[in-house]
Amino acid sequence: MPQTGLVAEGLAAFRGERLVFAGVGFAVPRGGALVLEGPNGAGKSTLLRVLAGLGRAEAGTVRWDGQDVGAERPGQVAYLGHQDAVKPGLGVAENLAFWGGRAAVLAALERVGLRRLAELPARMLSAGQRRRLALARFALTTAPLWLLDEPTLGLDAGAVAGLGEMLAVHRAAGGVVVAATHLTLPLPGAGVLGMTRSEQEWGVAPNPTRGQAPGPY
Amino acid sequence: MGMTRLLLRELRLSLRHGSDSLAAVMFFLLAGALFPLAIGPAPETLGRLAPGIIWVCALLAALLPLDRLFGADHEDGSLDLLLLSGLSPAGIALGKAVAHWLTTGVPLLLAAGPLAVMLRMDEAAIPVLLLGLLPGTAVLSLLGTLGAAMVLGARRGGVLLPLLVLPLAAPVLIFGVAAADAASVGLAARPHLLLLSALLAACLPLCPLAAGAALRSAAE
Repeated sequence: MPQTGLVAEGLAAFRGERLVFAGVGFAVPRGGALVLEGPNGAGKSTLLRVLAGLGRAEAGTVRWDGQDVGAERPGQVAYLGHQDAVKPGLGVAENLAFWGGRAAVLAALERVGLRRLAELPARMLSAGQRRRLALARFALTTAPLWLLDEPTLGLDAGAVAGLGEMLAVHRAAGGVVVAATHLTLPLPGAGVLGMTRSEQEWGVAPNPTRGQAPGPY
Repeated sequence: MGMTRLLLRELRLSLRHGSDSLAAVMFFLLAGALFPLAIGPAPETLGRLAPGIIWVCALLAALLPLDRLFGADHEDGSLDLLLLSGLSPAGIALGKAVAHWLTTGVPLLLAAGPLAVMLRMDEAAIPVLLLGLLPGTAVLSLLGTLGAAMVLGARRGGVLLPLLVLPLAAPVLIFGVAAADAASVGLAARPHLLLLSALLAACLPLCPLAAGAALRSAAE
């Protein structure tokens, strides 16, 4: 019987001319979660984009419920990148109008604590509030696979707790979460995939006995 | 349903950034108004040149909003989300082209009549000119969407864009002006209008498909 959930095998991807990772594989069952950890430049964001089908994998396969998914996976994936994709010219509720009807949008805003600001232009929001607005899209989607890149960036403790609640509900409904982070995420029982920076970028291996690691700067 | 939502989103955005569409129409009218100053106000010369002036100005004005068509969405991450929303890339491109036509092509069409009168164009030929602009602006929107998708992510894409789109738009210009010229000398404009419609029929499926492929590769 094929394994349910998300299974990746032997993934490799380039960013520009550089091989950021190779031979990455993991399995996340339905209801499970995976946290990607690693230093800057280890390829966490690149891996998330490959899983989303936005980036191209040079090698390896991604299977969802035992089926090989190609580059196209419309409606299967909800993705949160570094950018919040918030249009400053539109109102807070209007920013979500593409993703659902009016009532659903207001309910989603309630979830992330922006209900009172629904009619405000989005340019008035702070960085953390913009992040909340970006997360509100996840309350509107039916996609089973959630990919989050540094979801808690700029969020306060209350918003992180709210995010934890959303993630728990999603996982209880059989959804899968893959998140890249440097901070602790409210994802109990999540697997951890440690990613390391490939050394060819730096030329020399980082030396922990010296004051600072040799870097390109 | 996703398509309707995309169109609504685009129209709402262009209403909020109304100056973008307005700028195209203002450019169209101002550029057209320069010609009487440059070549003199003699009605027979102006009227003779009017179809060409109007078509060239419309072509250039339609290019103006193109570099923001996908550019803004590409920069703020919205394009990634659109590509994952369940709409096909070609569907996204078609939606963008329709939105561009509604917010740029239609206003240009409305402004073309007054500009034609201002340039003392032959009254009998004005309806034919507008009839030619109707499929013509739609083709320009489709070709422009294709160009905008192709230069996405390129440095100085705004400079590259006219170089890509203008050669492709040359047939539209030729048949559009020929239709209006034919009408003003009493010849049949129908063949030219049919050729313009044929261009539209060819661009309608092909441009969104090509633009969709360009969008996918821009996301990578």
